Amino acid sequence: MTWHWNYVAESIPLLLMGLLVTVELTVLGSLVAYVLGLVLALLRRARIPVLSQLVYLFIEVVRSTPLLIQVFFIFYLLWPALGVTPSAFLTGVIALGIHYATYTAEVYRAGIDAVPKGQWEAATALSIPRTRVWTGIVLPQAVPRVLPALGNYMISMFKETPLLLSIGVLEVLNRAKEQGAQTFQVLEPYTLAGILFLLISYPSSILVRRLERRVGQL
Amino acid sequence: MSGSTGNIISTILGGLGATVTAAAGGIALTIVLSFLAGLAMLSRSRTVRFVSRVYVEGFRGTSEVVQLFWLYFVLPALVGFKLVPLFAGIIVLGLNHGAYGAEIVRGAVQSVPRAQQEGAVALSFSPAQRMVRVILPQAVVEMLPPFNNLFIQLLKSTALLYFISAGEITEKGELLRPVYGSQLVLIYGVELVCYLVIAIVITVVMRLTERVLARRLGRQPPKRDKAFARVGVTT
Repeated sequence: MTWHWNYVAESIPLLLMGLLVTVELTVLGSLVAYVLGLVLALLRRARIPVLSQLVYLFIEVVRSTPLLIQVFFIFYLLWPALGVTPSAFLTGVIALGIHYATYTAEVYRAGIDAVPKGQWEAATALSIPRTRVWTGIVLPQAVPRVLPALGNYMISMFKETPLLLSIGVLEVLNRAKEQGAQTFQVLEPYTLAGILFLLISYPSSILVRRLERRVGQL
Repeated sequence: MSGSTGNIISTILGGLGATVTAAAGGIALTIVLSFLAGLAMLSRSRTVRFVSRVYVEGFRGTSEVVQLFWLYFVLPALVGFKLVPLFAGIIVLGLNHGAYGAEIVRGAVQSVPRAQQEGAVALSFSPAQRMVRVILPQAVVEMLPPFNNLFIQLLKSTALLYFISAGEITEKGELLRPVYGSQLVLIYGVELVCYLVIAIVITVVMRLTERVLARRLGRQPPKRDKAFARVGVTT
C-alpha cells in the first residue's frame, strides 16, 4: 500500500465535514457537561437526605463505566423507553455531556471547597441571602480557578467523540471509514483523521497549560 | 424467560476473560512504557527527551479510537499481517495510556525533594543507584493514586475493543441486543456490574500496594474513605 497524494486531496473535504461535526459535538457536549456538572455539584452539597446520596452514586457509577456502553444505553434503551426518537447526533451530545458532567461536578466541588471559609462567614455576618452568596460571592471565585480543568475535559471529550461512529454519527472517523470503504484504501483517510485530531488537540492543550500557569498566579 | 436470562448472563460473562486480559495486558504495557518514557523525558540527552516527547504528545493528541482503527485496519496493509484483535487492543491500550502515565512518572520523580538527590550525591551513589535506591522508592508511592485513576480509564477503554471484535463484554452485549431486545435492562445491567467489580478490584489492589510501599518507607499509610468512593477517575 502506498501513499497517494491525489487521494489525500480528494479525502480532505469529506474529513473536514466530519471534523465540523466532531467540533460541534465537543462544544455542545461541553456546554451540557459544564451546566449539568454544576447542578450535580450543588445537589451533592445540598445535603438533602437521599437525593445527595443518589447524586453521589450516580456520579461514581457513570465515572467508572465505559462511555460506549452509556451511549448504547441511551440510544437503544432509554429513548425507546421514553417513546422519543432523537437523532444520533443529539444522543452523542447528551451522552458526552452526562459522562463528562460527572467529572466536572468533582472539579466544581474542588473549586467551591477552595473558596476561603472567611468568605462564607463574612457573607453570613452581613446576612446576605443564600442565593446571592452563591451567585455573587462563591461561584465568581470558584469558577475561574477551575477553568483549566474544564478546558482539559473539553480536550478529552474531543478525543472521545469518534466512538459515536458506533451509532452512526458522521464525525471525522466515520467519514474516514466511509471513504476507506468506497475506495478500499484506508491508509490515507485514517492517517489524516489522526493528524486532524493532533492539529486541534495539541495546540489546545498548550493553551490550557498557559491558562493553568496564569490561574496559578491568581 | 429464565432460560433467556441465564443465556444472557452466561454470554456476557463469556466476554469477561477477554476484558480482563485486555485490561491486565494493557496495564502491564502501560507500566513499562510509562517508566521508559517518563524517565526518558528527564534524560540529559536532548535527543532522548525529544523522542519521548514526540511519543507522549503524539499518543495523547490523537484519539484512542483512531489509533485503534489505524493499528488494526491500516497496519496490516503496510506490514502484510493482521494482529489478533485482543493483541492489537492490548498494544493500543498500552501505548495510549503509557503516554499519559509517562507524565505521572515524570511528575512524581520531580516531586522528590532535591535534598534527597543531594544527599545521595554526598554519599557518592552512582546515578543509577541514586535513581533505584533513593528517588524511585519515594516517587513510586506518589505515583500510585494517579496510576489507579489511569488504570480505571484503561479498563473503561477496553470497551472500545468492540470496534475490532475482540470478544469482550461490550461486544457480547451488542451481539445479544438484536436477539433479546426486550431485555436490554438486564444486558446493560450485567455489563455495568462487570466493569464496576473490575474497577473496585483494581482500586483495592492499588491501595494495598500503596500501604505496603508506604510502610516500607517508614511512612504512615494514608487514611482513605471507603473503597467505592475512590473507584472514580481523575478529578
